[in-house]
Amino acid sequence: MTTPLLQVDAVTVHFGGITALERVGFSLVAGELLGLIGPNGAGKTTLLRAIIGVVAPDEGRVHLAGRDITTLSTDARARLGLALTHQIVRPFRSMSVIDNVVLAAGHAKTGSLLKAVAAVGRVAEERRAGELLALVGIADFAQANPAALPLGALKRLEVARALAIDPKVLLLDEPLAGLNSVEAERLAETLVRLNAGGITMILIEHNLAKVAEVCARLVVLDNGRKIADGATRETLADPAVVAAYIGKEAADART
Amino acid sequence: MGAYELTLVAVVSINVMLALGLNLITGFCGQVSLGHAAFFGTGAYAAALMAAAGWPLPVVLVAGGVTAAVLGLLVGFTSLRVREDFLAITTMGVGFVFVGFVRKQGWLGAEMGLTNIPDHGLGDIGFILMCLGLVAAMAAISAHIKRSWLGFGFAAVADDEATARTLGINVPLYKLAAFVIGTFLAGVAGAVYVYFTRFIIPGAFGFTVSISILSMVIVGGVGSLWGVIVAAVLLTLLPEFSRVINDYKLLLYGALIVLTMRFAPDGLAGIVTSLSRRLRRSET
Repeated sequence: MTTPLLQVDAVTVHFGGITALERVGFSLVAGELLGLIGPNGAGKTTLLRAIIGVVAPDEGRVHLAGRDITTLSTDARARLGLALTHQIVRPFRSMSVIDNVVLAAGHAKTGSLLKAVAAVGRVAEERRAGELLALVGIADFAQANPAALPLGALKRLEVARALAIDPKVLLLDEPLAGLNSVEAERLAETLVRLNAGGITMILIEHNLAKVAEVCARLVVLDNGRKIADGATRETLADPAVVAAYIGKEAADART
Repeated sequence: MGAYELTLVAVVSINVMLALGLNLITGFCGQVSLGHAAFFGTGAYAAALMAAAGWPLPVVLVAGGVTAAVLGLLVGFTSLRVREDFLAITTMGVGFVFVGFVRKQGWLGAEMGLTNIPDHGLGDIGFILMCLGLVAAMAAISAHIKRSWLGFGFAAVADDEATARTLGINVPLYKLAAFVIGTFLAGVAGAVYVYFTRFIIPGAFGFTVSISILSMVIVGGVGSLWGVIVAAVLLTLLPEFSRVINDYKLLLYGALIVLTMRFAPDGLAGIVTSLSRRLRRSET
C-alpha cells in the first residue's frame, strides 16, 4: 500500500464549549479529488483550517507525505505544499489583483528572509501569475484593485493565488459559491484538469450535483463527526447521509 | 553656509533617519510603534559611552545601531504576542520605561545626562557630509527593501497576517526583521545626535519625540519613501523658520496627525498621487 499524501487522524477541535470536530480522520492518496460535504455547521471549514494549521486541533495528528505536521506553523505547512482558498474571500486589498498572485508565486523567495532581502526581480513570477489569472479566467482584471472586483472574480483570485504556491494538496473552501453557473462550470472544469495534472484536492461544495460530477470520493461530516467516507454514488445513497441532509423523518418516509 | 545652517542640516538629517527607520516598521510592515524615541535614545546613550571611552566614530555609529537593534529585537518579540492596537500601547510603555530607567542611572548621568563626549574630528563640513551620506545610505536601503521580496512580504504582513501565513510567509520572522532594521537606523541616528550635541539628557528621548517622528511618517504617507522624507524635512524646518510655529510645535504635529488620518490617510504621497491622476485625466 502506498503512503497516503495526507493523513488526518482523530482530529478534535473545540471552540469554547462547542465541539466543532470530534475525532475526524481520513486519508488522501496522491491524485485524488475528494469532495468534503455536509450540512451547514458540520465542521467542513474547520477541518480544512485544522489541516493547514489556522485552527489548532485539541487532539489528533495531521501527516503530509508521511511527515507529522501537527505542530508546524501555517506558513511552514504552506511551504511544504498545502494551500487553502478562503470561503470568505481575503485578497490583499493594498495590492493589485496580479500582485496578489505574484506574491504567492514568489514563495521560494519569500520563504527565506535572506533570499527575500537579496531578490528584487519579479519577471518569472509575473509571467506565472499572468498564466494563472488567465487559467481561472480573470486576466482582464490583472491591474485592478481587488476592491473593484465582483465576488465571482475574487473567488477565482483565491484559486489562482493558492495555485501560485505550487501546492501538493489544494484545500478548496467553496470556490464555486458566488459564481454564476457559466463561471462555476468553467472553474470546475479547470479544477478537474489541474487535478488530472497531478494536484491533489479537497473540495467543499454545496451543490451535490456538481460534487457528484467532479469527485470520485466523498467524506461527509455532520455535527462535527464523520458519518460517511467512500465512493461518491454509494455515499450519496447512504441512509445516514440522506438523513443528515434532509432530516431523519423525511429519510424514513422515503423508505 | 553659516553655523546655523549647518545645525539645521544636521537636525533635519537626524529626523529623516528616524522617520525612515519608523517607516520601515510602521509603514512597510504595518507594526505601529509609539516608542521610536526609546531606540533613538538607546543608540545615543550607547554611542555616548563608547565615544567617551575613546572608540573611533565608525565603531560608535555601528555600536549605537546594534544596541538599539537588540532592544528592537526584544520589543519585536512582544509584537508577536500582542494584537495590533495593543502593540501601540506596548511600544508607548517601552518609551516611558526607557526614560524612567535612564533618569535613575548614575552611570548614565541620571537627570544631568552625559557631557564628556569627544569631538567627532571631522570638521563642520565633514560632519554635515557624513550626515547627508548616512541619510542617502538609509534612503537607499529603504528603497531597496521596498523593491525587494522582503518589502513585498512586509506589505502582505501589513495587509493581512493570516493570509500571508497561508502563502508561506513566516510572519513573526518578517516582523522581527522590520523591528531590527528600523531600530538599527534609529540607533545610528542616536549616535549622530550624540556627536552633534555632545550632550544628552533623558528628556531628549521622550514621548513627544516618538510622536513627532510618527507625525512625519503619517503626514508623508505611511510606507511612502519620498513622502516621508519630504514630511520629515518640512516638519523639522517649519518650527525653525517661524517662532509662532515653534511655540505650538506639538499642537502642529498632533493636529497634522489628526487631519491626515481624517482627510488624507495616504498622506502627502497619497495627495500627490491623486492630484497627478486627476491632472492626467483632465489632459485626455
